[in-house]
Amino acid sequence: MIWLGIDTSNSPLAVAIVKDGQVVAEEVANIKLNHSIGAMPAIERLFERTKMKPAEIDAIAVGEGPGSYTGVRIGVTIAKTLAWTLKKPLVGISSLKLLAANAALYNGVICSIIDARRQNVYAGAYNTTAGLTSVVEDGHYSLEGLLEKLKDLNVPVMFVGHDVDLFWESILAQLGNHAVRAPFTLDLPSASQLIQLASQQELPDIEAVHSFVPQYRRLAEAEANWIKEQKGQ
Amino acid sequence: MGEFIMENRYILGIESSCDETAASIVKNGCEIVSNVVASQIESHKRFGGVVPEIASRHHVEQVTLVIEEALAQANMKPEDLDAVAVTEGPGLVGALLIGINAAKAFAFANGLPLIGVHHIAGHIYANALMQPMEFPLLALVVSGGHTELVFMKEHGSFELIGETRDDAAGEAYDKVARVLNIQYPGGPHIDRMAHESDEAVKFPRVWLEEDSYDFSFSGLKSAVINYKHNAEQRGIEVNPLHVAKGFQDSVVEVLTAKTLRAARQFNVKQVIAAGGVSANKGLRKSLEETFANEGIPFYVPPLKLCTDNAAMIAAAGTFMFEAGKRSDMAMNGRPGMELVSWHK
Repeated sequence: MIWLGIDTSNSPLAVAIVKDGQVVAEEVANIKLNHSIGAMPAIERLFERTKMKPAEIDAIAVGEGPGSYTGVRIGVTIAKTLAWTLKKPLVGISSLKLLAANAALYNGVICSIIDARRQNVYAGAYNTTAGLTSVVEDGHYSLEGLLEKLKDLNVPVMFVGHDVDLFWESILAQLGNHAVRAPFTLDLPSASQLIQLASQQELPDIEAVHSFVPQYRRLAEAEANWIKEQKGQ
Repeated sequence: MGEFIMENRYILGIESSCDETAASIVKNGCEIVSNVVASQIESHKRFGGVVPEIASRHHVEQVTLVIEEALAQANMKPEDLDAVAVTEGPGLVGALLIGINAAKAFAFANGLPLIGVHHIAGHIYANALMQPMEFPLLALVVSGGHTELVFMKEHGSFELIGETRDDAAGEAYDKVARVLNIQYPGGPHIDRMAHESDEAVKFPRVWLEEDSYDFSFSGLKSAVINYKHNAEQRGIEVNPLHVAKGFQDSVVEVLTAKTLRAARQFNVKQVIAAGGVSANKGLRKSLEETFANEGIPFYVPPLKLCTDNAAMIAAAGTFMFEAGKRSDMAMNGRPGMELVSWHK
């Protein structure tokens, strides 16, 4: 079983090929390169280095968001087009669960955080004691609102993600010694991790690929305003 | 171009620069084999215009479906294709990126060459799908984002001789429609209203400098707004039909006169119109009559090839393919891309 994994849902780029439970090639970069410039050349490199052909892939895993709208869309568009034209199943994994999975050996609650600007975050919290079960649902939160939810859990929380440092002072101020910072080696998404999570799921029907869309976890601003106006009338 | 095509070429075109997700297969740059357009217009109507983020979201929903449909209608498989052509710019960057990344993934998976096409080159080459282009040629490109006069001395050679200094013609139509409280997209409504009216409010014609081929429509738009305000302040009822006709008369007269003057100066063998506003009946009629009198062949594509479509991208892409143009997997969306000749 050969998997291709792609995550471009935030500024890092992660791609990998995994064959029968072994990483064959993997690339990760956090160099703020536009994904439209970086993603397909990285995928091309994976195939060149492994001397594989696209048609040899059996399934594709993709980071489905939340995160940068444009970033998520580039990864999803590439993944769904490859899956459709190669007639292979496509599995989407939450980009927050993907980060949390990096710290899965930690015993307790893990919170993955992605900056959503203006003191807002995309975040999710997972408990590792029984697999990765969600304790704070993936979503778009104010930092303050998220930290209140985490404080209410009244347990130590490990924070993971390359954006955590932006909020670390606020996190410490709210959670005190319940705030645990994951080592930086766990902060970037890993496409082999993505494949590991995807391979635990049942493979969807290949026809389902057309309806595959990003999980934005947020309405477009114009749509949110429009709905507000409709309610006002 | 028949003389330098040895075998049949089939090019897949993909277009997503604004609010249409489109895919098409074109044979030899001149024959449409399939042409699929998924329009988002219904979704954007509630906002009174195209919302870029909403457009991008719809493109992701539609892109593989339209490519599949284009192949199905052509009864072809990816291996029957020679290359993939995609709109590289200009346009809404988030929207462009969906077509571009789908095109790249499709080309990579199927081992096909990739060609990035300028959206306006596409509009011009929509004409190659109707009749052979004869050079030297003058193209009037009019759409929601463009108003340009382009001189072509041969295939792949573009010389911009005039362009709008402010609003595009289509933009002016949409803004005037808003002033008259007409639902988006207003252009076709104004065109229809202008036809229903015999009387016209007299609005100015903006000619700019005597020898200039540039255009300006923002002053005309302001004149319409001022006319409506003045009338309302004086308690005079505004007849929207008369305003629509007055506005359209001004736009059409200036576009026609400048195109005619350029056609004479550059001594062209063919004049073509392209872009969404070339679907405008008033403009088509004026250009047809003018160039019939002048004795210069004038062509404008049928309506469905005037608005955004992928057949025009495949057509332009075919001529670029034959000229040896190729893009690579690092292609990015270029919202402000300039129209550059591919034949030096």
